[in-house]
Amino acid sequence: MSDITSDVTAGPSEEVVRHRSWFAALWRSGNGRTGIVIVAVTLFAGLLGIAGITPYAPDAQNPGAVLKGISLSHLMGTDQFGRDVFSGALQGLGVSLEIAFLSVLIAGVIGSVGGIVAGFLGKWTSAVIMRLTDMMFAIPTVLFALAVVTALGYGIVDSSIAIGVGWVPIYVRVVRSPVLALRESDFVRAGRVLGFSRMRLLWRHILPNVAGVIAVQTSLALAWAILAEAGLSFLGLGPPPPTLSLGDMVNNASSTAAVAWWTLVGPSLVIIIAVIGFNFLGDGLRDVSDPRTRTR
Amino acid sequence: MNVVTAIVRRILSILVTLLGVSVIIFVILRLLPGNAVSASMGVSEGLLSKAQVAALDQYYGIGRPVLEQYFSWLHALLNGNLGVSLSQQKSVSYLVGLDLPVTLELAFFSMVLGILIGVGFGMWSALHPGRWQDNIGQVVAVVGLAIPAFVLGQSLVVYMSTKFHYFPSSLTFVGFFSNPWLNFQQIIFPSIVLSLGIGAAILRTTRGAVLEVSGLNFARTALGKGVSRRAFVWRHLFLNSLTAVVTMSGIQLGYLLGGTVIIERIFVLPGMGNLLITAIKNQDYPLVQSATLVFAAGFVVVNMFVDLAYSLIDPRTRKRSA
Repeated sequence: MSDITSDVTAGPSEEVVRHRSWFAALWRSGNGRTGIVIVAVTLFAGLLGIAGITPYAPDAQNPGAVLKGISLSHLMGTDQFGRDVFSGALQGLGVSLEIAFLSVLIAGVIGSVGGIVAGFLGKWTSAVIMRLTDMMFAIPTVLFALAVVTALGYGIVDSSIAIGVGWVPIYVRVVRSPVLALRESDFVRAGRVLGFSRMRLLWRHILPNVAGVIAVQTSLALAWAILAEAGLSFLGLGPPPPTLSLGDMVNNASSTAAVAWWTLVGPSLVIIIAVIGFNFLGDGLRDVSDPRTRTR
Repeated sequence: MNVVTAIVRRILSILVTLLGVSVIIFVILRLLPGNAVSASMGVSEGLLSKAQVAALDQYYGIGRPVLEQYFSWLHALLNGNLGVSLSQQKSVSYLVGLDLPVTLELAFFSMVLGILIGVGFGMWSALHPGRWQDNIGQVVAVVGLAIPAFVLGQSLVVYMSTKFHYFPSSLTFVGFFSNPWLNFQQIIFPSIVLSLGIGAAILRTTRGAVLEVSGLNFARTALGKGVSRRAFVWRHLFLNSLTAVVTMSGIQLGYLLGGTVIIERIFVLPGMGNLLITAIKNQDYPLVQSATLVFAAGFVVVNMFVDLAYSLIDPRTRKRSA
């Protein structure tokens, strides 16, 4: 509760302190710390992949080192063309993260704005948005992505839109309910009486108080987006070659995994670790932003 | 009287939702830039007879204003006409009729297994909070949630076929009624793969709900009254956690429908998911459009049953709606 009231008076200096303690609280929660560490490693590895800083060129074929097992020079072994699986996985992770972040950006911005507007503005706007949300909910997210991919195509941006749009209704629902409560809270009423403009109320008073909810949702959405992207490219509906994402690698491994398990396990592990990391981070953020749901 | 109005209202709201779904699908597949039905028809027109092309033009209202196109589709849908697949030159209703039972069977088995895993381990965890039973439950939950179904499916297929030379899915799929035992072998493995993710989510919900309920006053009262342990666990704890479990199961169903798409592909099951992916790869718009609608309709109808289940489970919601 004190958190909500402090928002009205928080000056710039207090802001800094609050942010630091917020991170500290996240670090102190077990889930949060695990999440931060895994996500940091994942992001770093993904950035290496995007920047092209990999032990070998991901597409460099080496006939002399075909289907080699795990060793110090090939951390995840090599595939049937002698390509280094670890280098490929780094690059694939980069592609997956690019699409995941872009899609969550799309979903987060549209969905949060939709949720805040639906919660704060009048009956009519709210009814229209919520009806639309219900209808989008009727289409399972993966199917939504498949339909959009059919129409748009298989590029990085196309995949991001496909994955992101399906997550919009989830943001709308999650953000709307706290906004409904905040709208009737004393400090927002006080703001209204003081003659604050709608924009100011939304931007300075409502948004900071739903930031926690949005942060939790964003972390979970990222985990889901990584999975969804891997699924799409596994089905051959992701970005076309030469862009190789993690899903492609898992799919390609079907022909080699029987003799070289590392071709399947390597990229799979990277997906799993990334997903676990964002899930832990989401749980940690939830612990911090809402003490009531703190995991036992 | 009230029950009738409630049911009528629910059916109306479902119809409105489905109408909206059809608009959304139409907008995605027809109005987004990049492709158009007419363009994709141009490519495969050689395969079709003049009469078929004319029928498709009529069905999709090609060349007419957008609104008219939509209403022509809607009109046909309401008459039970799902259109004609461009790539397979068969009616979509025929293809869906062939493939829907496979997906339904897969979804059914996965859901049942998922609920068994979820409720079983969830109760076990919740009744021993902080003990080793709880830890096992937590491990199952983390593993189930973290390992994507397609990774698990892919691994299972590779492992079974190379180590045991056992891959029932390599045989042509048979229906349950023509060869139940082979059908069971073909369905059970993909079901297990799909059920783990569902089970993990239901496990977490069950555990949380049961723990919450067991802290409430009435639970302590019941224990104090000397209710037998079995009755306490199932009548007092489980029944009162059931709404949460049912809600989570309903949510998981959406993921399940998405999951079947990928799993059917891996296990070569000729279900709706495989139909849809093949259609997407062939740019077969009519088939994608109608198949997605069938998926969504199924999802909406099941959600209606989930809603109805609430009033059966929880008398409080019954009073409120009456």
